[in-house]
Amino acid sequence: MMDLTRYIGVKGNDLAQKLLDDRDTQYLGIKLITPFTLVLVALVGLAALVAVYRLVFGIGAASNLNDLWPWGLWISFDVLGGVAMAAGGFLIAGAVYILNWKKYHCVVRAAILNAFFGYLLAAMSICLDIGRSFVIWHPMVMWQVNSIMFIVAIHVVLYTSTLATESSPMLFEKMRWNRALNIVSRLMVGIVLFGVLLSLLHQSSLGAVYLIAPEKLSPLWYSKHIPYLFLLSAIMMGLSMVSFETILTGKVFNHEPPRDVLAGLARGVLFVGTAYLALKIAVLVQGPGLSAALDGSFLANLYLVEVLVGVIVPLVLLCFSSVRTNMHRIFAVNIMVVTGVLLNRLNVGIFGVQQFATRAGGDYFPSLMEWTLTIGMIAFAILGFKLCAKYLNLFPDTQHH
Amino acid sequence: MAISRRDLLKGAASGGLLLATGLPSAHATMSKTLPPEAVGLLYDATLCIGCKSCVVNCKVKNSEPGGALYREGMQHPPYESAGPEGNAGIWDAPQELSGKTLSIIKVYKNGTALSKDTAVNGYSFFKQQCLHCITPACASVCPAGAFRKDEQTGAVYYIASKCIGCRYCQLACPFGVPRYEWDSAWPEVRKCQLCNHRVKKGQISACAEFCPTGATIFGRVVDLRAEAKRRLALKPGDSYDFPIQKVGSRETSQRSVARYVNQVYGLTEAGGTQNIMLSGVSFELLGFRKEVPNKALPDLTWAYIAKIPWVLAGVLLGGTAVYKFTHRGEGKGGDEP
Repeated sequence: MMDLTRYIGVKGNDLAQKLLDDRDTQYLGIKLITPFTLVLVALVGLAALVAVYRLVFGIGAASNLNDLWPWGLWISFDVLGGVAMAAGGFLIAGAVYILNWKKYHCVVRAAILNAFFGYLLAAMSICLDIGRSFVIWHPMVMWQVNSIMFIVAIHVVLYTSTLATESSPMLFEKMRWNRALNIVSRLMVGIVLFGVLLSLLHQSSLGAVYLIAPEKLSPLWYSKHIPYLFLLSAIMMGLSMVSFETILTGKVFNHEPPRDVLAGLARGVLFVGTAYLALKIAVLVQGPGLSAALDGSFLANLYLVEVLVGVIVPLVLLCFSSVRTNMHRIFAVNIMVVTGVLLNRLNVGIFGVQQFATRAGGDYFPSLMEWTLTIGMIAFAILGFKLCAKYLNLFPDTQHH
Repeated sequence: MAISRRDLLKGAASGGLLLATGLPSAHATMSKTLPPEAVGLLYDATLCIGCKSCVVNCKVKNSEPGGALYREGMQHPPYESAGPEGNAGIWDAPQELSGKTLSIIKVYKNGTALSKDTAVNGYSFFKQQCLHCITPACASVCPAGAFRKDEQTGAVYYIASKCIGCRYCQLACPFGVPRYEWDSAWPEVRKCQLCNHRVKKGQISACAEFCPTGATIFGRVVDLRAEAKRRLALKPGDSYDFPIQKVGSRETSQRSVARYVNQVYGLTEAGGTQNIMLSGVSFELLGFRKEVPNKALPDLTWAYIAKIPWVLAGVLLGGTAVYKFTHRGEGKGGDEP
């Protein structure tokens, strides 16, 4: 580690040396400069340029959004998708700290960190999506409690801070700030419980955003139960995401993924997914009827893909214990679930309003800059996760071989 | 990890309070009753000759200080001349409602388009603008309270300085009215504000002021509703003195009554609106969608929001109970995070 005293002083150098000391995690074998990392850095750099362009020239200049399609890729994918992906954080934290399910302890840090990046992504994207980014703090002081958007905004702020606090022990440990570590540790259960509460409300309120638009959102997705649909699908996806990243980090960082954890998560997906599917079918039957999903239209086909790939096929597969105990098969199921729920968010956020918007003469396909920013956000999350894995003790008790 | 019940409750309760404050009194902010002195517009498509004088005056009068299009330092009203071929910036020719256009006259045409106010082989003009809901969805969804309903006039107006630009109002409005200044780096939401700045000075809405036939008239909503019902009761072909500019105006234009569709648009749509309309062609054919529910939309959201305090209490109490149960018999110490 090179000496930075010249640039940031003795104290700064001390801190940097402590932070960048990766002796404890060297066994993971994470290299900083790899072709993959360089690509990620380049993508983040491009996205940063887009962000600056967007701030200087406005949302209309950077995006293809219009009056009939006011919300697009950033809201549907980055915000709705990113937040749903982050659901694993509160689930695992709740399981470990509230339910005392000790076997999940080995994945709790990674799950919380993953959630933190999911929320960071959502927060940054929404900040760039709104037309007046510099006054994004307005809802915090101009309370308007009839608005779901106000409730969503409060939750994003509170829960992102909560996740940061939940992740902070890793940093305090590393820096040997024992006083701070002690305080956070003592409050951890309260913080986790608060996080569970915020997540339950936030995941469902993102669905509740659409309650106000019964005449715009296609009946395939609109329902007065949409908050619960969002919550259940987020839980299903959150569990899959934790399983996905446990297997992936196991492969990348060359340690054995804990099998009992994977099997438990798979059972969880099966359990919650069944409830989700039941509600989804009930909503369809009570609403537009089964035939609406089978009429061969573009929207109906999207609906079918979402439900088949994201819910029905994974659930059927998970019924076999040969799938639940096989890491590779679980991995494939996880990918299907995550894809399915992401498609659901795109369906609600973009495709579902198509009939209303096109009848009024609207059209939307994300601009190059919208794609660039979204891809850059994903790259940012992967990069951030990798750096944290290198410099923080992210996997406190995994078996290494 | 060591944690006492008191620590846990303290943390949980302070967080809960933060969320719960203000919730109980909130519902009252979305009234479902029409303010008694509320004003609005009656647009009668059978009287409209499509001259678009209303659109012209709307743009001019709203580009004055206080108007819905006004911006400090603006040189002239925000004209849109890019539309039709051959119009090299000569005249204002908006094609749609937009960040520069608050009201617009459009035409419905069918077949030979020979007879006015007829669905088949006929044509009809119609007007698009904010209808000023009695319980406006835009005001209910705005996270910063940038949309307000005037307590006296009932006009739904916009406070640009509060807006963060999330465009939830655009998603929420069942009529697709609010428009955004997509070409601006510091955009505003634009929509008709019923010329609230003029009404406050005792004047009437700009569109009604310039309408030569009385197709658009201004007045108290209760009077407008009575006038609309009176017209529906008339026999086609009868002669009637249609008031100009204002309901009950002494200046009238005597015309024979057209065949109306038996509906006053805006009596029940989205819980009722202050601007109402009459037409000879069904409103669905004119593009006013039948999917718009006949009830106040903010109720749909409130059904969810009203449950939040219960979730709050339930999760905090339930979570604490579960924690005590799953950690029973455990002494001090244990694993750190």
